[in-house]
Amino acid sequence: MKYIDEFRNRALAHILADAIAREADRDREYRLMEFCGGHTHAIFRYGVQALMPPNVRFIHGPGCPVCVLPTGRIDNAIDLVEQHDVILCTYGDMMRVPASRRRSLIKIKATGGDVRMVWSTRDALQIARNNPHRQVVFFAIGFETTTPPTVVAIKQAAVEKLTNFSVFCNHLLTPAAIRSILAVPQADEPVAIDGFLGPSHVSAIIGTRPYEPLVEAYGKPVVIAGFEPLDVMQATRMLIRQLNDNRAGVENEYTRVVTREGNRKARALVDEVLQLRPGFEWRGLGRVPSGALQIRAAWSEFDAEQRFPVPEIKAPDVRGCECPRILRGLKKPTECKLFGTACTPENPMGACMVSSEGACAAYWSYGRFRTGSEVFAA
Amino acid sequence: MNEPLPRRGQRLDLRSGTVDMTHGSGGRATAQLVEELFVRHFDNDLLRQGNDQAAFPVKEGRMVVSTDGHVISPLFFPGGDIGSLAVHGTLNDVAMSGAVPLYLSAGFILEEGFPLADLDRIVASMAEASRMAGVPVVTGDTKVVERGKGDGVFITTTGVGAVPEGVVISADRARPGDLVLVNGPIGNHGVAIMSSRENLAFETTIESDSAALHRLVASMVAVSPDAIHCLRDPTRGGLATTLNELARQSGVGMRLRESAIPMDEQVVAACELLGLDPLYVANEGKLVCICAARTADALLKVMRTHPLGERSAVIGEVVADGQGLVQMETPFGGSRVVDWLAGEPLPRIC
Repeated sequence: MKYIDEFRNRALAHILADAIAREADRDREYRLMEFCGGHTHAIFRYGVQALMPPNVRFIHGPGCPVCVLPTGRIDNAIDLVEQHDVILCTYGDMMRVPASRRRSLIKIKATGGDVRMVWSTRDALQIARNNPHRQVVFFAIGFETTTPPTVVAIKQAAVEKLTNFSVFCNHLLTPAAIRSILAVPQADEPVAIDGFLGPSHVSAIIGTRPYEPLVEAYGKPVVIAGFEPLDVMQATRMLIRQLNDNRAGVENEYTRVVTREGNRKARALVDEVLQLRPGFEWRGLGRVPSGALQIRAAWSEFDAEQRFPVPEIKAPDVRGCECPRILRGLKKPTECKLFGTACTPENPMGACMVSSEGACAAYWSYGRFRTGSEVFAA
Repeated sequence: MNEPLPRRGQRLDLRSGTVDMTHGSGGRATAQLVEELFVRHFDNDLLRQGNDQAAFPVKEGRMVVSTDGHVISPLFFPGGDIGSLAVHGTLNDVAMSGAVPLYLSAGFILEEGFPLADLDRIVASMAEASRMAGVPVVTGDTKVVERGKGDGVFITTTGVGAVPEGVVISADRARPGDLVLVNGPIGNHGVAIMSSRENLAFETTIESDSAALHRLVASMVAVSPDAIHCLRDPTRGGLATTLNELARQSGVGMRLRESAIPMDEQVVAACELLGLDPLYVANEGKLVCICAARTADALLKVMRTHPLGERSAVIGEVVADGQGLVQMETPFGGSRVVDWLAGEPLPRIC
């Protein structure tokens, strides 16, 4: 398939792997955080780690919107269904995320809650049109990539004067999250990351510019990388070169889509309807300043948090779950005592196990680790 | 043979009529539905006898029976509908033992308010599938549930068949060294269903490959009675889950080559878009065959001359592995575990 097969080419992968092995300095470590779950997925699915020298290691970051959404927000969504009888439209991978008291949207649906899986915001709008006597709430979640479609839906609802459509906004911001990983090292747990692979789809919208102040402030290089395995490898090589040269800059591997400025039209749209949320609790990272978006007052009639009471719910994470440390790159999934025992993809306890992009689910399904004493090396 | 009931009143309104509670009451309305719709379409000697059961002579040797409930949504999809699926699904389950399917039964659970026109279309499609397969529907049952307590129509079919002498096909017979074959591209059915599902619709020309596989199986069995060790149709959970089931039941592992697994480009593209893995997408009209390496060439040749097996391929081999892992060599040069399907396959956000 065009634009896919070229970037999964075996011969090129081995050429790149050889180049990386030659260029990587044996006397140092390269701890590279791939921020986004899409990269984590590619690294596991194609066995990219196995093609790296042992001192080049990927650390799986918090860039899975499903994983970092705090339990309290899913509780809020469940309350909307159960207490306010709304039709809740959600993307597929939110369905199984554990909420408090062992609930999830899929279980709420099973007990009669009107939860509908949609593929796009257009489908949610259509459901609102088809059900004029019901309140329809779109459970908006995702990083900068999925934000413009949410905004388009709000604007379309305004044009059509849809009084029964609103958005429960949970959109998150990537640069703020990277800043929070770098900015709050706890005394006993220093940041153990030398550079970042930046998510390509996010930068298709925001460009590469928002990373520039970050790189300047913390001196860690960022390379925007595509999601195909060769993209990941090429971006890794670019990071290694920067680190070898003692440089820290923002570089762009995904030049076939990403520019420095990104998609101006999409950015303007988002800016028109959404604004920074002062603080938002991320699972694993805690309160990330300016790490999320909310709907502007001018569009509040489409804001589910204005239309319905949505209190802040503090829901404790599962005891023993290491998701918070795994999301910061401080622990590996295999170092969590719930991993593979109490917590599996069939019965996820922590968010990293829920989405196939979560670090734990990727570890589990792609066989880096199996139950029992045997460790399978791919 | 019974004479049809003398007709009273009007015929079933197959254009704008709907199913109501009287159609399941066992009274005259039920009889009318059975005669004017089910018997008309399924027409065969055993059914026309009008008994509560169908009696037929028993063959020597081993007989097989299999049952399958069909609750699919949407009821009509590109390349088929719940009716044809209900026939193919059960025939294939019977055929995966190497058996020749002989008879089918069908149980219908209808929801009050279901359009008779849709029911007529579904039953016509079922009858057509059964005629094409040469396996008649010889007995059946109809129940009606109140509006809101069903999803239009649920169909349960049961099939019986007879296994030819000397054929022993079972999920626990895979041995290290055996080869793994499929009869064509995977994932088409699941993608066709998804593309037509409400709220998830996308445009594609992919059609379901739903088909009855028993004639293909018969031609494979004819290669030599003991040629085939395991057969299974990789329906729900897809190829990945079926191979894991076979690996577990046989206590072996498997090694696949991803580049050898036939897939249509449109299916691959749709899966890329939805964030799904074609290995976990449901199939109908596909089978996985595990056979001794020495018979693989002969089997493959026979399969490829059959219309339902033109793109048959060897996709991997059975290996000794106490953990029962299915592993796959990727075209990229890596290797990964192909795990069981966890939960529902859900499209990803980004």
